[in-house]
Amino acid sequence: MQYIPNILFVIALVAGIGYFTRNIRKVIRNIRLGKDVDRSDNKGERFKNMAMIAFGQSKMVRRPIAGVLHVIVYLGFIIINIEVLEIIIDGIFGTHRIFGFLGGFYNFLIASFEILALLVLVSVIIFWIRRNVINIRRFKTLKGWPKNDGNIILYFEVVLMTLFLTMNAADLQLQELGADHYIKAGSYPVSQFISPLFNGMSEGSLVLLERGAWWLHILGILVFLNYLYFSKHLHILLAFPNTYYGDLKPQGEFDNLEAVTNEVKLMMDPSADPFATPAGDEPEGEPEKFGASDVMDLNWAQLLNAYTCTECGRCTSECPANQTGKKLSPRKIMMDTRDRLKEVGDNIDKNGSFVDDGKQLLNDYITAEELWACTSCNACVEACPVSISPLSIIIDMRRYLVMEQSAAPSDLNNMMSNIENNGAPWPFNQMDRLNWSNE
Amino acid sequence: MSETVKVPTMAEYMAEGKKPEVLFWVGCAGSFDDRAKKITKAFVKLLHNARVDFAVLGTEESCTGDPAKRAGNEFLFQMQAVTNIEVMNAYEIKKVVTACPHCFNTLKNEYPSLGGDYEVMHHTQFLKSLLDEGRLTVEGGKFKGKRITFHDPCYLGRANNVYEAPRDLLKKLEVELIEMKRCKRNGLCCGAGGAQMFKEPEPGNKDVNIERTEDALETKPDIIAAGCPFCNTMMTDGVKNKEKEDSIEVMDVAELIANAQDL
Repeated sequence: MQYIPNILFVIALVAGIGYFTRNIRKVIRNIRLGKDVDRSDNKGERFKNMAMIAFGQSKMVRRPIAGVLHVIVYLGFIIINIEVLEIIIDGIFGTHRIFGFLGGFYNFLIASFEILALLVLVSVIIFWIRRNVINIRRFKTLKGWPKNDGNIILYFEVVLMTLFLTMNAADLQLQELGADHYIKAGSYPVSQFISPLFNGMSEGSLVLLERGAWWLHILGILVFLNYLYFSKHLHILLAFPNTYYGDLKPQGEFDNLEAVTNEVKLMMDPSADPFATPAGDEPEGEPEKFGASDVMDLNWAQLLNAYTCTECGRCTSECPANQTGKKLSPRKIMMDTRDRLKEVGDNIDKNGSFVDDGKQLLNDYITAEELWACTSCNACVEACPVSISPLSIIIDMRRYLVMEQSAAPSDLNNMMSNIENNGAPWPFNQMDRLNWSNE
Repeated sequence: MSETVKVPTMAEYMAEGKKPEVLFWVGCAGSFDDRAKKITKAFVKLLHNARVDFAVLGTEESCTGDPAKRAGNEFLFQMQAVTNIEVMNAYEIKKVVTACPHCFNTLKNEYPSLGGDYEVMHHTQFLKSLLDEGRLTVEGGKFKGKRITFHDPCYLGRANNVYEAPRDLLKKLEVELIEMKRCKRNGLCCGAGGAQMFKEPEPGNKDVNIERTEDALETKPDIIAAGCPFCNTMMTDGVKNKEKEDSIEVMDVAELIANAQDL
């Protein structure tokens, strides 16, 4: 009977990690629905970007208030997780504070966890106020699930930190009472102030309190881990690969579509036979689609972007189109891409492979009006703290509108026919190009 | 400006069996837009003044394809690119300078993988290099002490991280350079990029150029300096909209330098 807690713990751990792994595999499968793009170059620069931008939070702190608060929660998350290691070992083997033998260093560790936990609590409360009380447009414009999602994560953090401090406070009382199993270990700069609340409680009640907080804390962590998949909060994991695989080209450089290059070369090649049948070894099938109308037409890096987005809205708040009341919101572009990708993934789960559902990213999620409002100024790309490029999706979708559907606004069609006919976006004759020199 | 300036073409150079130091890519706006033509002429004067051996493609130049590409027409873009590259490669062009950040970005970043590999400079970078080499002198002249704010073109700034060259030149003019609250990598677009120049904006509550002009007006400038013919148009329209055209001028960096010297 004495091993029941250990067994229950192992079951909870395996179930928690197992379900999470299953869902993460779905995320990876969905990301791989995207087209291939080579991001295997410049490993050094990529590692540096990951170290600076994800690990070092360099772009977060460009907005100092949100940035510093985020750094605290991020550090708290990483460092307090060392404690989770101890909890797991204790849970499996029925030990208590297994790292206690580290003595002074252990005291230092526990003390830093406690101080961080308090700072995290304070930061999370400020985050909640920013989201719900202060009139910050990028949060105010979130409605429904995305708004609730943001708050749920904050509630989780409050509960987890409170449980952690309660557990320590009860533990401290038990240590002072010299209770069996509760070794004297750790230093408790924060929970020592909570501990007096439990003065006068019996040893049994204190053990119940300590164990209760301990169990709820670790179960809470496992639930939170599994919540990630359903929320915008996957960024805590995906920010790292996303910054690693981010686009290294200058922001102004848009990729040259290879399929188009091949066709253009054929058109420009005087020796090409216009009636030639395609080379025999090419597989028959649908000709390649130009641009993107659905998530499968995007590349995997763009889909990884969509799962990484944590909907902070810095992109949208910097967007000139959005600031001037247009429908375009780069954040919505990313959220729509993810929602559609999730829908496609669920479709695959249900049917084994994707069955046409009569929907696509274009029109059902993102409208042409949004796409045409973009000035391609890269403010959204510059603003993103985790190297997401909403712009690349906008351009790929414009490509589909123009090259597959000839659905550009009429002004742009005029501009393009001018370029085609006169080599300038306005109706001027190419032969007049040097006239300015003798005007 | 009635006074004509000698503008040699690549064809003329080729006929004489010579090669210029640099190709001046004029661009569509610089060739056809009345306001931008003044920038082109100012830049040519500076080139003459610095005794730069340059040439233009003239009637052999065609749109880089930038607006087509940003509008999503990759076909048209690549057709333009391949045609231009054929012309430039035939002349064995090594170095290109342009006063348009859109041409600059496209030539510099998007032509290489299509076979057009050149050293490409924005005119502010080129003028800065002339200054550093002592070939060009920039003095305050009539702009000394004027309040000037510089509007970063997206395709020069964020797109290619060029922020200092235009500012270095302006500082040489001994002007009072005042930054807008949104500048450099946080600079707000003028509203023309991404082929917006050639279409009506989508419904909204304001035009982007008005929003940006308000940023500029906050600095109480005598002059708004630009480094892009499209930004220039947008900011000029914005200033007119605010009925400030009598007190505030919108000028290209090249024009400021040329005018300061009364060229």
